[in-house]
Amino acid sequence: MSELFTNGTVWALLGVALAVVLSGCGSAYGVGVAGQAAAGVVTEDPSKFAKVLIMQLLPGTQGIYGLLVAFVTLSRIGILGGSEPELVKGLLIFAACLPIGIVGLVSAIHQGRTSVAAIGIVAKKPEQFGKAMLLPAMVETYAILALLVSILAIFSI
Amino acid sequence: MSKTQYTYAVARIRALEVSLFSASTIEQLIACKDVESCLRFLQDKGWGGTDVPMDADAILTREREKIWETMEEMHVDMDVFNVLSYTNWFHNLKAAVKEVCTGKSGANIFYEGTPIPKEEMLRIIKEKDYKALPENMQTAAEEAVEALLHSGDGQLCDIIIDRATMEAIKEAGRASKDDIIRDYAESTVAVANIKIAVRALKTAKSLEFMQRAMAPCDSLNVDGLARAALAGMDSIIEYLNGNGYAAGAEALKESPSAFERWCDNRIIQTIKPQKTNPFSLGPLVAYVIARENEIKTVRIILTCKQNGLSDDSIRERVREMYV
Repeated sequence: MSELFTNGTVWALLGVALAVVLSGCGSAYGVGVAGQAAAGVVTEDPSKFAKVLIMQLLPGTQGIYGLLVAFVTLSRIGILGGSEPELVKGLLIFAACLPIGIVGLVSAIHQGRTSVAAIGIVAKKPEQFGKAMLLPAMVETYAILALLVSILAIFSI
Repeated sequence: MSKTQYTYAVARIRALEVSLFSASTIEQLIACKDVESCLRFLQDKGWGGTDVPMDADAILTREREKIWETMEEMHVDMDVFNVLSYTNWFHNLKAAVKEVCTGKSGANIFYEGTPIPKEEMLRIIKEKDYKALPENMQTAAEEAVEALLHSGDGQLCDIIIDRATMEAIKEAGRASKDDIIRDYAESTVAVANIKIAVRALKTAKSLEFMQRAMAPCDSLNVDGLARAALAGMDSIIEYLNGNGYAAGAEALKESPSAFERWCDNRIIQTIKPQKTNPFSLGPLVAYVIARENEIKTVRIILTCKQNGLSDDSIRERVREMYV
């Protein structure tokens, strides 16, 4: 059992799992809650489907970022390519995966809730779609920053 | 605060709010030259329906039905709206008590769609089967029947049931996890107390009468308000100014109809913050109140038109709109 904790690949895979699972859960919640709001608007006004669909998709990006980090990591730790890491390298990869995992989870939840509010704007003032879309898009900034840090860290290890 | 987010329902309500009447729509309705053109205007706005005759009562009744149909479609627990219907339920109790005790039939004064139908309400009062009533009605029903049978005083019967209504609303507010229900209950009871004070002053009622009629609330000391009403209109105005109801005091100074308008506007102002709330029950309750207010305003305009009132007189009576 103790061998597991001294194996670098195990730590690296744990990082991969967290990157995918946390950001994926956040996106699932965000897209889900925004989807409920979108359905509410489309029930009354189907012509707004395209606009609210874009709003619904915004919190889905964190899950993609998590997947991207996971692919890059897998291609460097001997799973899809590269070589198996030593313990220290594995721990460093684990740490590198955390930013997109944690920030992806939190930012996707908040982006989903902001998308719901923005869908409310589109429901009442569809001509303000551009402004409404900017509000949840602002939350994306922090997911992108976390993605950058994770990717830069993994490439530098 | 309630954990239910009502995300789908709130978004749907946001889409429906687009069709609520704004102040400018109401102004257009006032500008219609007679009742027929008002009804045509309403039909153009989607009021009534293809199977609804061109009749004010039929159109307004259909609009009220649409409110509850929408809420049912969204699978919202309808019990949360009970507090909005308490006045109708207790009104039916009052009507039944009077019909049974006086023997005069008031066939058309009962509200429909209440949990206890008219016939059942009459049976309960006739047989004094008060246990069949909801708990918050039982004592009031018994007291009102005894008061009317022994004193024949219809007004005493009214204040017993009206106070029980306000206490039921206040209790529903206290028990609710949703801020909107609490705020609505507090505003409703406070406004009812102010109305009682003003009417008691005009009809020279005693302190005991007012204390019996007013229901306790958090934003007003009912004893202080009743004593102010005894001292005169200036005292009521001063009391309201000092207790966060300055707008009500201004309306009282202006005219009786301005005061009545303020009473309704106060409720609308209480729910207005819900326009920017993307989650919770608040926007749904606000929508129901806004639609009821809209229907009430349209009814006022139609009645004024039927009675040939001038546009300025109608404007004085028109309520503030939610959107």
